[in-house]
Amino acid sequence: MQDLSAITNWIHSFLSSLMPGWLTTTVECVLIGVGLLLVYSLLALFYIYYERKFCAAIQCRIGPNRVGPLGLLQSVADMFKILIKELIELKHIDRFLFALAPYLVIIASMLAFAVLPWGNGLQVIDFNIGIFFLIAVSSIGVLGILLAGWSSNNKFTLIGALRSGAQMVSYELSIGLSVLTMVCLAGTASVGGIIEAQSDMWFIFKGHIPALIAFVIYMIAGTAETNRGPFDLPEAESELTAGYHTEYSGIHFGFFYLAEYLNLFVISGVAALLFFGGWMPFHVPGWESFNHIMDYIPSVVWFLGKAFVLSAVIMWFKWTYPRLRIDMLLALEWKYLLPIGLFNLALMACIIVFNLHF
Amino acid sequence: MANIQEKIAKLYPEAVVEQADTLTITIDDARWHNLAQTLRDDFSMDYLVTIVGMDWKESLGCIYYLMSSKTNEIIAVKVSTTDRERPMLHSVADLWRVACLYEREVYDFFGIIFIGNPDMRRLFLNIDWKGYPLRKDYDEDPALNPVSIENERQSDLTDTWVEENGKVVKKEVQVFAPEDFVVNIGPQHPATHGVLRFRTAVDGEEIKKIDVYMGYIHRGVEKLCESLTYPQTLHYMDRLDYFSAHNYHHGLCLLFERAAGIEISRRAQVIRVMMDELSRIASHCLFIGTYCMDLGATTMLFYTLRVREQILDIMEKTCGARMTFNYDCIGGVMQDLAPDFVQDVKALLAVLPENIKEYNKIFTGNVIARKRMEGVGVLTREDAISYAVTGPSGRASGWACDMRKLKPYSIYSELDFNEVTATEGDSMARFKVRLLEIEESAKILAQLVDNIPEGEYCVKVPKVLKIPAGQYFEIVEGCRGAFALYLESDGTTKPYRLKIAPPCLTLAGVVDHITRGTKIADLITIGGSLDYIVPDMDR
Repeated sequence: MQDLSAITNWIHSFLSSLMPGWLTTTVECVLIGVGLLLVYSLLALFYIYYERKFCAAIQCRIGPNRVGPLGLLQSVADMFKILIKELIELKHIDRFLFALAPYLVIIASMLAFAVLPWGNGLQVIDFNIGIFFLIAVSSIGVLGILLAGWSSNNKFTLIGALRSGAQMVSYELSIGLSVLTMVCLAGTASVGGIIEAQSDMWFIFKGHIPALIAFVIYMIAGTAETNRGPFDLPEAESELTAGYHTEYSGIHFGFFYLAEYLNLFVISGVAALLFFGGWMPFHVPGWESFNHIMDYIPSVVWFLGKAFVLSAVIMWFKWTYPRLRIDMLLALEWKYLLPIGLFNLALMACIIVFNLHF
Repeated sequence: MANIQEKIAKLYPEAVVEQADTLTITIDDARWHNLAQTLRDDFSMDYLVTIVGMDWKESLGCIYYLMSSKTNEIIAVKVSTTDRERPMLHSVADLWRVACLYEREVYDFFGIIFIGNPDMRRLFLNIDWKGYPLRKDYDEDPALNPVSIENERQSDLTDTWVEENGKVVKKEVQVFAPEDFVVNIGPQHPATHGVLRFRTAVDGEEIKKIDVYMGYIHRGVEKLCESLTYPQTLHYMDRLDYFSAHNYHHGLCLLFERAAGIEISRRAQVIRVMMDELSRIASHCLFIGTYCMDLGATTMLFYTLRVREQILDIMEKTCGARMTFNYDCIGGVMQDLAPDFVQDVKALLAVLPENIKEYNKIFTGNVIARKRMEGVGVLTREDAISYAVTGPSGRASGWACDMRKLKPYSIYSELDFNEVTATEGDSMARFKVRLLEIEESAKILAQLVDNIPEGEYCVKVPKVLKIPAGQYFEIVEGCRGAFALYLESDGTTKPYRLKIAPPCLTLAGVVDHITRGTKIADLITIGGSLDYIVPDMDR
């Protein structure tokens, strides 16, 4: 398994030899920031294309196929269009909060990128509470949505924001519980540590029943967390036109749109991390040569591949199921997912105590 | 029939009972409410088909078309007033809930005030519209009603006229309470399926009251028809419920042909019925698709449009259009069938069962879909009749109201098909009834596709068609319910009055009743399951 930290270390030592320590850190921060922004926007473009092609396949259509080969440039063109669109000035709104909201939403999804394990040694920061940092920053997003709905001075956006507040706060609990379950199994909250713990076998196999339950809960709650169908109530098109972002235009709307796709990536990335070993290749204990072959596939490919497949599952939900109603949504969380999650945590604890996992 | 005639004559000796096209009773306004009560309670005339506002020049009045849900008899009651300055009649909104809406329409077009109606606002026209357009002395001068570039004028008040100590007093009533949080759903909203506006008072997510605001696509079709010759009026039928274009054309053709005494060929009849049923399948397919989309299941739309496309291709080959077909004409149909019509219909019938199976697999059995539709927006049979909710929506409430069975027209009496009914009355029942109706329509098509008789597709009719003076009434089954037509002819080439009673008006009228206390999301479910078409209600 090639270790990509060799490259980062080389860059570090190269920069250190040129400039003093404080400048090195600054330059590295800028480099990482630029790199992440680039990855962020490229991923967003890819995800838009990916989702469009995926839903087209489900709906017996072809999807974008005119701009560029296989329609690959379609999302670039869309992005360009959204960039040059006018930002409409509204009267009677809270201007500061209205402008702030999209940035909060996009910052929340960007911060989560910091702890995602992109590859072996390719992680911005790996500290001992990495996974909690992730949960913490991803809940900033709800603040942005609430502010967007409130500051727009529109009844539809307000209802959308209220729905979204209720929904995200509720489903955060289930996400937290299933993450906690897996952290129990790993014995550490550090992202690197969690991946290391899966070097012999992915957690979804290692933790068998409780891990599987946690995975199902995580996927449901994660879909709700990203406001995607069938949980897209905050922006339920047929009910609230566009929900909380009804009044936004141009790049401000674009930020919400991007954040939705990037949140999809973050959610599936974290699922890959917690249940499918992050960048860790597929290993079967005892099959040495097989494991060795698997190691030849680069770790970045493993991570992105897992994230994309899991995203496809979430997209599949969206294009198959009808939307839930707000009371059904809350009942699902508080009456089913949360108790099951709590029970599952206890079950996982028992399994770890009695050493019943693989 | 004779029975009713005798009894009415005995009970109301002053009433004039005559058997014309329909059994018609003429009565004074003073005795009308009593007669209405008797008709509804003792003769089970519980379905108010329509109220036709009339201007007979020397008097203004209404013709009430009533139908019994038990015996399927239709009778008409004529009530009139000679006061043209301030015409007033007594309201029957307390007997038939739908009358409230119908009376508003009559008020809008004729200025007849209904004493006792709780909501005497205009229905379609702006609140500051001057004049009553369907009166014969209406001033059409555009300067009177200029096109306004101001915001839409509206009021939170409504008027009601009540009788107090023998005097009629006007009272102002607030539509919503001052503390209500009112959200405008529409006129531009994805779920209203057109330009319709629901002023919705909500308490959190719960709906307290809905005020349906219509008229955004009112084109005055009835008024326009009065200045057109009979064949010309036909073309407006495509533009009401554009998915029932064939059915509506069929209805109006039947009316004109019966009135003018034209017999059409068997071939034309079979073609018309086949086109009706093809429209019904296409319309229900579109319903299923858009309804699922309203509920958030976007993919279903593409699956149902697949079938609809196939039907539209068949139509295009024969009628030359995919919408606004203008196919049925007085005397038969416009052109003969396309050469591969039979083959195309057979191909359609071959793929239908598989598609329906697929729809059930994807959507009907889905747990979310079931939870969202079952028990939501329950409409009881009594309410369905009282609100005159016909078509699949009425049948889902257990009211067998299929005009193809109750008043068989054309060749429907010879065909073998079932009337699909359900008893639940909820959104799921309305959805399922339509799904099953597709199968019944397919059954009709299968019976006819191999038996299209030879013959002329259109009989010779006079170039200038004149219809003998008199009153004519026809009721057919559109895709969304009973479509009634009333024609009053004065013997010229143009109708003196052509009243169109579309099914969608009443469908929109029942929304407030069945959404109270439900969630905002349920409004979408219920509205979608009623499947109204806005141009149809607005005309």
